[in-house]
Amino acid sequence: MFPILTLITFLPLVGMLVILFLDDDEVIKRFALTLSVVPLILSAYLWIAYGRTGGGIQFEEMVTWIPSVGINYHMGVDGFSVPLIFLTTLLTVISLGYSYLVIDERVKEYFALFLLLETGMLGVFVSLDLFLFYVFWEIGLVPMYFLIGVWGGPRRQYAAIKFFLYTLTGSVFMLLAIIGVAINTGTFDILEVAALGPFAGNALLQSLAFIGFFLGFAIKVPMWPFHTWLPDAHVEAPTAGSVILAGVLLKLGTYGFIRILMPFFPDTFQTFAVPIAFLAFTSIVYGALVAMAQWDFKKMIAYSSVNHMGYVMLGLAAAMATSNADLSARVTGVNGAVLQMFNHGIITGALFLLVGLIYDERTHERDFRAFGGMWSTTPVYGTFLMVASFASLGLPGLAGFVSEFMIFRGALASGDGNFLMALFTILSVLGIVVTAALFLWKVIQLILLGPENDRWKEAKAQGKLTDLSTAEVLTLAPLVFFMFLVGVYPGPVLDVINTATTSLLTAIGIG
Amino acid sequence: MSVATTLRLFSPEIILTLFGLIVLGYDLAVRRRERWQAALALVGLGLALLASFWAAGESTSLFFGMFIVDPFTTFFRVVSLLTGGLVVLGSVDYLRQRTIFRGEFYSLFLFTILSMTLMAGASDLIMVIVSIEFLSITSYILTGWLRDDVKSSEASVKYFLYGSITTAAMIYGASLLFGLTGHTDLAGIAEVLRAPEAAFGSNLQAFSLPAAMLLLTGFAFKIALVPFHQWSPDAYEGAPTPVTAFLSIGPKAVGFAMLVRVFLTALPFAEVEWTGVMIGMAIITMTLGNLVAIVQKDIKRMLAYSSIAQAGYMLIGIASLSAAGATGINAVGATLFYLFAYVFTNMGAFAAVIAVDNAENSSSISAYRGLIRREPLMAVAMFIFFLSLVGIPPTAGFIGKFSVFVSAVDAELYGLAVIGVVNGVISVVYYFGVVKEMFFLGGETDAEPLRVGSWLQAALVISLIMTLVIGLYPEPFLGLANNAAEGLMGVGQMLALH
Repeated sequence: MFPILTLITFLPLVGMLVILFLDDDEVIKRFALTLSVVPLILSAYLWIAYGRTGGGIQFEEMVTWIPSVGINYHMGVDGFSVPLIFLTTLLTVISLGYSYLVIDERVKEYFALFLLLETGMLGVFVSLDLFLFYVFWEIGLVPMYFLIGVWGGPRRQYAAIKFFLYTLTGSVFMLLAIIGVAINTGTFDILEVAALGPFAGNALLQSLAFIGFFLGFAIKVPMWPFHTWLPDAHVEAPTAGSVILAGVLLKLGTYGFIRILMPFFPDTFQTFAVPIAFLAFTSIVYGALVAMAQWDFKKMIAYSSVNHMGYVMLGLAAAMATSNADLSARVTGVNGAVLQMFNHGIITGALFLLVGLIYDERTHERDFRAFGGMWSTTPVYGTFLMVASFASLGLPGLAGFVSEFMIFRGALASGDGNFLMALFTILSVLGIVVTAALFLWKVIQLILLGPENDRWKEAKAQGKLTDLSTAEVLTLAPLVFFMFLVGVYPGPVLDVINTATTSLLTAIGIG
Repeated sequence: MSVATTLRLFSPEIILTLFGLIVLGYDLAVRRRERWQAALALVGLGLALLASFWAAGESTSLFFGMFIVDPFTTFFRVVSLLTGGLVVLGSVDYLRQRTIFRGEFYSLFLFTILSMTLMAGASDLIMVIVSIEFLSITSYILTGWLRDDVKSSEASVKYFLYGSITTAAMIYGASLLFGLTGHTDLAGIAEVLRAPEAAFGSNLQAFSLPAAMLLLTGFAFKIALVPFHQWSPDAYEGAPTPVTAFLSIGPKAVGFAMLVRVFLTALPFAEVEWTGVMIGMAIITMTLGNLVAIVQKDIKRMLAYSSIAQAGYMLIGIASLSAAGATGINAVGATLFYLFAYVFTNMGAFAAVIAVDNAENSSSISAYRGLIRREPLMAVAMFIFFLSLVGIPPTAGFIGKFSVFVSAVDAELYGLAVIGVVNGVISVVYYFGVVKEMFFLGGETDAEPLRVGSWLQAALVISLIMTLVIGLYPEPFLGLANNAAEGLMGVGQMLALH
């Protein structure tokens, strides 16, 4: 069979190697951007070609790798990974397109690292072997460290090493959990481990392994209280780095919950579901409130990510909480969670781009108080910012609403008969209120509406504060398209996700 | 056994001796064409490497049980010779800049490698002690090679004083064992210890454990395990940089060879409880090494502490011996594999240190500022070596760490495994301190290219390729390490007893 997953995963790596031998900056930029379109086309094909009726793992590849330890090069995709692979390749093209416009310093290294990053992220989504999964998981760390550390803001070195240390701490515990699980079940294969159920009958070791994985994933998501690396990393990262960080890297964490924790440890997950829901609730409300307190546009978006990823975790925790709820409510919750991952990637990716467009290219200012009346100055920019903000706060008709609605619908139904779960779910609705206030007040009112800020009069007169160029509109347009598409007609995304959710929840037996 | 077979099995050592003498004689006879000295040394090492494969095979005892040739010996012969080759490649430019005694250096260095291969195959306590002393004495001289340099001489004296004391302790331990068992050959000692009732009644542990610990002192000194490590930062800092590279790899490797062979064949832990000591030593060695490395300003000292920590990780494999083998990586094999990966990783890092030292005459960490602009390949290579030392894929060091953690988890030593991985995170702080200098700091102004000699470049590139190849396709190297471990006399028996 044609190894399409290998091709998607390693094409960017090949591109990176080619870039090392190119010398002209313009050639490098064009080459990287053009090359990144190929995985996007292939992943779109993957989405179309993925068989909805059968579901399950498709496009499987299996090659022996380290036989003495029982490690295989095993790849495959299901309904969870297909949308995320598409999201990754899409956001990479957009990020490279944006970088094409703004990056002038150390171009070769930048584009080489970005392609390496893409390989790392895609690898995680296609791996079906724990060892392979870990290798890709770690490979993504290094390029992001450099992207923040070299091309980032004023405190880039601090933010870079903080990001690296935090995520590495999580992943080494995950490594131990992987080793423990593999020794116990005798295989590194994710599907086989899930079928065998690691540490059956040993609740203590099961919990330890669960916690090992949990640390790795929760730091990546990040859930409160493991989120402290995120504001620094996001604020200091270059715009395209923030887009990928928020758009894809955070999803690696929630993807880990779905791909590994739920099928491996359904019982332990159930035991820990309420505490996890509490952390999710805290992330939602705390993330929204702290975002509200920010005056820095970028930092505000960063904290709003903590809030939005909290919904994903709430949906997952609720689906794992009880065993008496009907299957359809759980499926709704998990579907909503996965859709929220996709939507958050699209929406927050767009928001970070919008921050970058105003900060990198125009004003070098991110403080809300410094703006005002931008809509009249830059109407196209203003429109994009409005749409993205509305999508982020959950306005019906745009993507964010659909997934958040599904999550709350699923969580409330699953929480039936579980007081604490229902309580956390209901309290989490506060997050939506605060988020709405936050975007309406800070983003829309302070930046777009009101009288024009005198500060930019001169810049405007000199023609420095111009509206979006065609190229800039083109980088934003695909994201906005998906906000509308998913908001109005989520079918094409949901039917793929649904196949995987149904089979997962049926297989783990508490559905 | 026929003389021919003996000669074949001992041929690597014979070749090393011959070439040691040839290089010395060549230096006396032909003064002008100095680069041929290094080339001759490399030829000698290469031939000895070929000879080690020629001599490989079933385990055979030579010289009345003094020396044994088995897969374990072959493994460490190969490790010693590869280390030797890489260090010679790294020495050429350095020595040319700093000393006129170059022929003598290569000659003595070949004898040093000879002492290592002798340690690899030593199967009698007398041979163990003689070969360790051989290595120690040549190492003292190499450390003090720059005799006009005060630091170099100081390093040598410190190394010597510390070494003498641990040797004395080790010999005392050996004499205790001899007194207990009446044997100096490792197999004989094991035989008596296995049947303790006949010889000693129940007091065996009371005597054999102290004897084992005294022997351990000698090995731990060579490996620089905490608390026998104090000599190493000073010696590493003062020694000529290529010698530092050598000291951080060679003596450690064969120190582990001795430790594993003596403890596994002569002191099976079913009778002598030594795993607890190993666990404790592994923990303090990696923790102390990593914590102290953070505050270093000199890269040689930093790498000295880093190599102490690395030895701690290697010890995890041996410490988890009690329940090896469930996933195919046996615990000793994990240690050996780690060592093999470490040879290339650490040598690569030192090749870059030598290059900067040659150009800047400095080993301060700030000398690495802006290296990415001055010598991009070297900066990237150095970064990959650091990743390997931390244990991040896809590098050799990651597979090494993975292997030792597998053996620890397999042996249900979860605490040890957790301390091990946390140490890996701590080590990022100091390695990435250098990375920050190399990639993040420094403006365009100080972007003057670094001149790296072709010999040194070869050492760097070979190390880099091996680090990545082992990381991406570890299977053959895991096989090599496991084969060596399984071939070790007595391991099979010991596991069966358990």
